[in-house]
Amino acid sequence: MNTTPFNTLSFPGKKNSGDSVVNGVDLSVNFAGIKAPNPFWLASAPPTDKAYNVVRAYEAGWGGVVWKTLGEEPPAVNVSSRYSAHYGKNREVIGFNNIELITDRSLEINLKEITQVKKDWPDRALIVSIMVPCNEEAWAYILPLVEATGADGIELNLGCPHGMPERGMGAAVGQNPDLIEKVTYWCKKYYSKPVIVKLTPNITDIRVGAQAALRGGADAVSLINTINSITSIDLDNMVAKPTVGHQSTHGGYCGSAVKPIAMNMVAEIARDPATPTLPISGIGGISTWRDAAEFIALGSGSVQVCTAAMLNGFRIVEEMKDGLSRWMAEKGYDSIEAFSRKAIPQTTDWKHLDINFKTIAKIDQDLCIECGRCYIACEDTSHQSIAKLTEQNGARRYEVIEEECVGCNLCQITCPVENCITMVPQETGKPFLAWDNDPRNPFRVAS
Amino acid sequence: MISQLNHLPSAKEVGTYDPQTLESNFSDLHPPLTQRQAIIESQRCLYCFDAPCVEACPSDIDIPSFIRQISENNINGAAETILEANILGGSCARVCPTEILCERSCVRNHDAECQPVLIGLLQRHATDNMKFDSHPFKRAASTGRHIAVVGAGPAGLSCAHRLAMLGHQVTMFEAEQKPGGLNEYGIARYKMTDDFARKEVEFLLEIGGIDIQYGQRLGDNLQLATLRKQYDSVFLGLGLGASRALGLTGEQAPGLMPAVDYIKVLRQADDLGSLAVAKRCIVIGAGNTAIDMATQMARLGATDVTLVYRRGVEAMSATDHEQEIAKANGVRMVTWAQPDEILLDAQGRVAGMRFAKTRDQEGRLTPTGETLEIAADAIFTAIGQGFEGDSLRDASAAELARDGERIHVDEMFQTSLPNVYAGGDCVKPGQDLTVQAVQHGKLAAHAIHQALAAKQEAA
Repeated sequence: MNTTPFNTLSFPGKKNSGDSVVNGVDLSVNFAGIKAPNPFWLASAPPTDKAYNVVRAYEAGWGGVVWKTLGEEPPAVNVSSRYSAHYGKNREVIGFNNIELITDRSLEINLKEITQVKKDWPDRALIVSIMVPCNEEAWAYILPLVEATGADGIELNLGCPHGMPERGMGAAVGQNPDLIEKVTYWCKKYYSKPVIVKLTPNITDIRVGAQAALRGGADAVSLINTINSITSIDLDNMVAKPTVGHQSTHGGYCGSAVKPIAMNMVAEIARDPATPTLPISGIGGISTWRDAAEFIALGSGSVQVCTAAMLNGFRIVEEMKDGLSRWMAEKGYDSIEAFSRKAIPQTTDWKHLDINFKTIAKIDQDLCIECGRCYIACEDTSHQSIAKLTEQNGARRYEVIEEECVGCNLCQITCPVENCITMVPQETGKPFLAWDNDPRNPFRVAS
Repeated sequence: MISQLNHLPSAKEVGTYDPQTLESNFSDLHPPLTQRQAIIESQRCLYCFDAPCVEACPSDIDIPSFIRQISENNINGAAETILEANILGGSCARVCPTEILCERSCVRNHDAECQPVLIGLLQRHATDNMKFDSHPFKRAASTGRHIAVVGAGPAGLSCAHRLAMLGHQVTMFEAEQKPGGLNEYGIARYKMTDDFARKEVEFLLEIGGIDIQYGQRLGDNLQLATLRKQYDSVFLGLGLGASRALGLTGEQAPGLMPAVDYIKVLRQADDLGSLAVAKRCIVIGAGNTAIDMATQMARLGATDVTLVYRRGVEAMSATDHEQEIAKANGVRMVTWAQPDEILLDAQGRVAGMRFAKTRDQEGRLTPTGETLEIAADAIFTAIGQGFEGDSLRDASAAELARDGERIHVDEMFQTSLPNVYAGGDCVKPGQDLTVQAVQHGKLAAHAIHQALAAKQEAA
């Protein structure tokens, strides 16, 4: 009997996982020449290790996939015990750490699977991550093989922080701008499609790496790769996690905890006059549609996700697409491009901020639950700007002493009730004044 | 076993519940939190500054601190935070009416959430799961002083422990054969299970320097005058063992008895099935004892339990939470009815009660003229407690100044007699709570210590 697998049954109203229009909004992207039905891509990592996972990801609706890093033969060998987590108090994973290497499967099998998957899923982005030693022959050998798969582009893994640097690859290259430039140059020489350079955050200034990639001819950069990390120590055995036998090593840190670091680095490149139009694929702790929107607003043309998928499965892309498209519709953005970089003009150096701006805290007494957290935070560690009063009926009342408040936001941050404390900009009657021009600045620039 | 109820069948004979169900009817009313639940619940604490829950705790436990210790998986630390303020923190975690104390003042009760942190259960989690190699509190160097503590209930035990900690020697005199007072004899069985009261006292005594003499009853074989002569100070932590009477004809009839006397037997019973059960019974009163009695009778297998109170629900001293427990156990509440006549059968045994219906007339309880009869095989009274017959008729004790019936003390828990202190239920009415008794005992111990130290300096 000829049966149809359930998951291929179509019925009216069933969404096609590859639809670029969601809730009436077009989520498609053209990232450095790589087209995808949506900006949600899976980053090069365990979830993209083989055809089985990648097909499941496409079925779930991911717009693109960066295949787990290919390398030279023989393939890497991994240890057992590979991941660890930095937990919040409620066992929610705040940060995630791994000591896995690049693919531990043969190049031949990977290339074969990539070819087949691209053939079966022509509408989705398929990018191949590569890491081979820092010599021209190695790149000249592998790049034609990858080109033959039909994949849409490559991503250079110059950021892997563990295992590979010891072999002169990964972060060992990514931390050296000259090597970034050189490897990128070889890639452009031996490969005709888009080349994305993945940057390591384990450096001092992310812009240097991006500039080097651009000099080498890169079509785009992606960032951040993972951050060197030790997540926790087993205090009984005095060894870090993940524990291999009785030892451990540092791993690569990712997940929600790295998002603020990644966003700053994305913004640094987006704001850099040396790389003003260099496409950026944003990576680092993206777990929700809002995270993605924030990365895009800071200049990302696509976003890559790994940890959130590893913790929840591929299905999360559905909520991400739904949330992002609804928000875009509400804001009137008809494409990803329409709001990409929108937050960049407002992201500046400290010295350009208005020194005359003043905001102060306001406590909504109806919402206040009298926990006293704002009071003790301000009293102990800030500017003693909250008064603790007692009403006639014994109730506590906390009031901002407006003359003392410097508008630091600490009370608002520590308040457990949403919208109870708001920061209210004040009318000072003073003109905009940047520190550059402030008379109090000994190095001021005459305006 | 209970002479007044000899004519009634046992729980087993009544057979409402099989033995297994009967046991489970008296297992933990509020099961403890699991480790996971405790961690989750501890996260809900906002670690308030000058926390309202601490203000509401009669024994001054630093609640935000111990909850934070639980959240950091520091159970011994949490337990010590609790016990240094309240050495009976384990039983208070079980019997405190948290719904009118710490949990009522929790800021998480606010409109947006309406759900306080479960402070009582967290306190129980810490005290149940602490593991100390040796007693966590150490004794100060011996002062050479010896103090008598009368009554090994919560007030006396708390006082004795703190005195021992401060370096004094303590001898306790207890009328019963076991320590613990109401924790041992008076708390509803499902509120304190697994012989917890005994275990807690054993833990408390580990500090050393405390010995207990049982069967020592003030005004009987124990004289206050003698204690005052033989000891440097005396602390009176007397219970209110006598139940107030209805003042009606037939009060001695089989089938009528004080609720506390029944609960005492219930607490000590090895075989719940052997307890006498009144299938139809009346409980008179409006406090937690009345609720405990009515609920326990229902759980033993009584099919028709009526709690009768002469005023309205709003005037009941049992908390809403307690009332809900009774209702959930099928207890019927009749209000605005006061006992008028004990109805007896041909053999002179309780057959029911006639009540006079009442109403509030400008603050005064006034009979309406209507009556109400409720048939019952037993009547349990829970209308208040007083000193047991002779306890304060002792020549020296009779000199104690009183506040109404209870012993008068100043803010240092000192009575009108020099070197005699008192606390707990026997002093002027507070809330009659275990936690308050613990606090009295603790504060009295410090007062005694200070007074003795001052004397030493003066000498």
